[in-house]
Amino acid sequence: MKEFVYDTVYLSEEDFEAGRVLYETWKPVARYAWDAGIAIGRYLAELKNGRLVGVHCPSCGRILVPPRMFCQDCFVPTDGFVPLQDTGTVITFSICHIRWDMVRLEHPLIPAVIAIDGASPGMGILHLLGEVAPQAVRIGMRVRAVWKPPEEREGAITDIRYFKPLE
Amino acid sequence: MSLLERVVHIDQTKAWYGEIPIQSRYTVGIAGERFFREIKDNGRLWGTRCPHCDLIYVPPRLYCERCFAHLEEWVEVPTTGRVHTFTVVHLDLDGNPLPEPRIVAFIQIDGTDGGLVHDLGEVDPEDVCIGMCVEAVFKDPAERRGSITDIRYFRPVR
Amino acid sequence: MARNRVAIVGAGMTKFVRRAQETSKELAWEAASKALESCELTLDDIDAVVIGTAPEAFDGVHMKSEYLSDGCGGWGKPVIRGYVGGGTGVLSVIQGWYHVASGLFDTVLVVAEEKMSACQPHPQGAFITIFDNITERALGPNLLWIFALEMNAYMTRYGLSKRDIALVSVKNKRNAADHPAALLGDPNITVEDVLNSEVLAWPVQRLDVSPVTDGAVAVVMAAEHVARRVTNKPVWVEGVGWNLDTAYWTNRDLSYPTYVEEAARMAYKMAGITEPRKQIHIAEPYDPFDYKELHHLEGLLLFDKGKAPEATALGITQRDGDLPVCPSGGLLGVGNPIAAAALMKVAELFWQLRGEAGARQVPGQPKRGVAQAWGDLMQVGTVVVLGI
Repeated sequence: MKEFVYDTVYLSEEDFEAGRVLYETWKPVARYAWDAGIAIGRYLAELKNGRLVGVHCPSCGRILVPPRMFCQDCFVPTDGFVPLQDTGTVITFSICHIRWDMVRLEHPLIPAVIAIDGASPGMGILHLLGEVAPQAVRIGMRVRAVWKPPEEREGAITDIRYFKPLE
Repeated sequence: MSLLERVVHIDQTKAWYGEIPIQSRYTVGIAGERFFREIKDNGRLWGTRCPHCDLIYVPPRLYCERCFAHLEEWVEVPTTGRVHTFTVVHLDLDGNPLPEPRIVAFIQIDGTDGGLVHDLGEVDPEDVCIGMCVEAVFKDPAERRGSITDIRYFRPVR
Repeated sequence: MARNRVAIVGAGMTKFVRRAQETSKELAWEAASKALESCELTLDDIDAVVIGTAPEAFDGVHMKSEYLSDGCGGWGKPVIRGYVGGGTGVLSVIQGWYHVASGLFDTVLVVAEEKMSACQPHPQGAFITIFDNITERALGPNLLWIFALEMNAYMTRYGLSKRDIALVSVKNKRNAADHPAALLGDPNITVEDVLNSEVLAWPVQRLDVSPVTDGAVAVVMAAEHVARRVTNKPVWVEGVGWNLDTAYWTNRDLSYPTYVEEAARMAYKMAGITEPRKQIHIAEPYDPFDYKELHHLEGLLLFDKGKAPEATALGITQRDGDLPVCPSGGLLGVGNPIAAAALMKVAELFWQLRGEAGARQVPGQPKRGVAQAWGDLMQVGTVVVLGI
């Protein structure tokens, strides 16, 4: 099969820096206003109030979080918001040392999927863990939301600073 | 409240503002490298010819899109052409009026089957017509960087 | 439902490189022209073109398949693009298959291309929006989070160590040393190298991950009457399957890819496979990260849940093992130009089943193989079964 591999020309980063190869650069103007919609709009409004909410599916009876207008399993509209606790269980986590552009972080972040109490089993949200040493984090760990003070909240997922161990 | 009821309070809706933080770096490619080097170094235009389809591609291509042949026959082409079509642009990308209208044309390069999209200069919009003969005006060699903007614009042949 | 038999009759590819000088469409042409050359067909012989390519943002070209179409041989032909993220390369073969199986076309050129190096400062910038823009992005995520979270869930569920998983990376990068197109082949890499590599997002380390890559791959697919005329070694598409799970990824079981199982069951049923562990001789599961190979082998029903690592440690998945897995070198070794990487797996099966894989040839004249890819918001499984 060797003869059917094209001998592609490859470059090093230095080829660009030294001007050995011609290129163009372009930064697209890619700014967006993403509509939160009704379900997530309410989710954000309740975060501002210091509450987590889910939605109820009248067909399977599950309480889903993040909230949504329909149950993707039953394909029926959900029928109302349900208050949830701001505690939960770590389903999985990572200890992240890099930013999205591969720059190393001074202090690692601990992203986690957290199953929220009051929602149906397995209903997790993505958030960060704090006030805990990375090596002390365990799957199954019980955690509680640490909220920003009311005056600092803006109706965003970051109105919860992070989740910290319950004990 | 049913979730399908219409929104009656504006605070139930919210837009989240953000961007996609990327930029692109495009190599000009194998055929493009030679094309733009010629523009930069010599102020000349070159194309590639497909002997099978008898087509001269400008900008040059590495391959013929019709028969898929690898194109290796390079031909120098004139820096003149004809206005195949044009438009007069009055607004910028955000919809704001431009200080001066800009004339953008597709210019068929003489003796070839291809052409370039470029600005027209040294001409008033009302004097431009389809079929008009134009020639490339290059930047000074010191200003060129191997880009389509090394051609300042095309202007009417006098 | 009557379906025409469909074969793959040719394959070609570019080298997989970190930064290609070629434009995206030049890469596509390099692969497509090699695929045509391999079966001595010309563009005139091709009825339709299928283009597989992942997000526009990588190459930085909107309407990317329209841009790529002339390099893919699409001039003046029916052209379609499929796109399910990382699952695209195998999906494009599925699309090529139904173009021909339906009787609509006799020959299809399938081309997958990706030029990730165009995306600055890092292609992760283009991946960021796979996180929910409103409820997740404000947390400052990067793509590795998803993999790290899934890998940790998998390791914890089955009590696996990093060493168990690193063996996959070692195997694939060693296999890739024999691949003429490979970016990261290394015959001498060790488990210690993987375990000592930079920690990116624990448990993910540098050598657990496939590299940012530019490249293109193409295959030619044909109806039976054409295939038999073109080659005496057609490789038949025996089964295809694809399946998507919910995009609410934080609501799913992250330790098992149910969607891969569903896709595999669909493909196996079509192929008449009732005992995949006996009837499949070679596997090319999607391996952008080392644990993903294990995850997918289990989803493909080739090993029990949580047992793929043990099989790897026992050497069963080595090129000369009972079930060679990623003999190509996979994404970890050959490279990962997203859509093209998965089509590379299909091309590998094509070469392996024809006995043309050279130094990579698995012993024992394999008769049937499965290729699988995965992608979108880690929710899609695409599967093809090929046989001779």
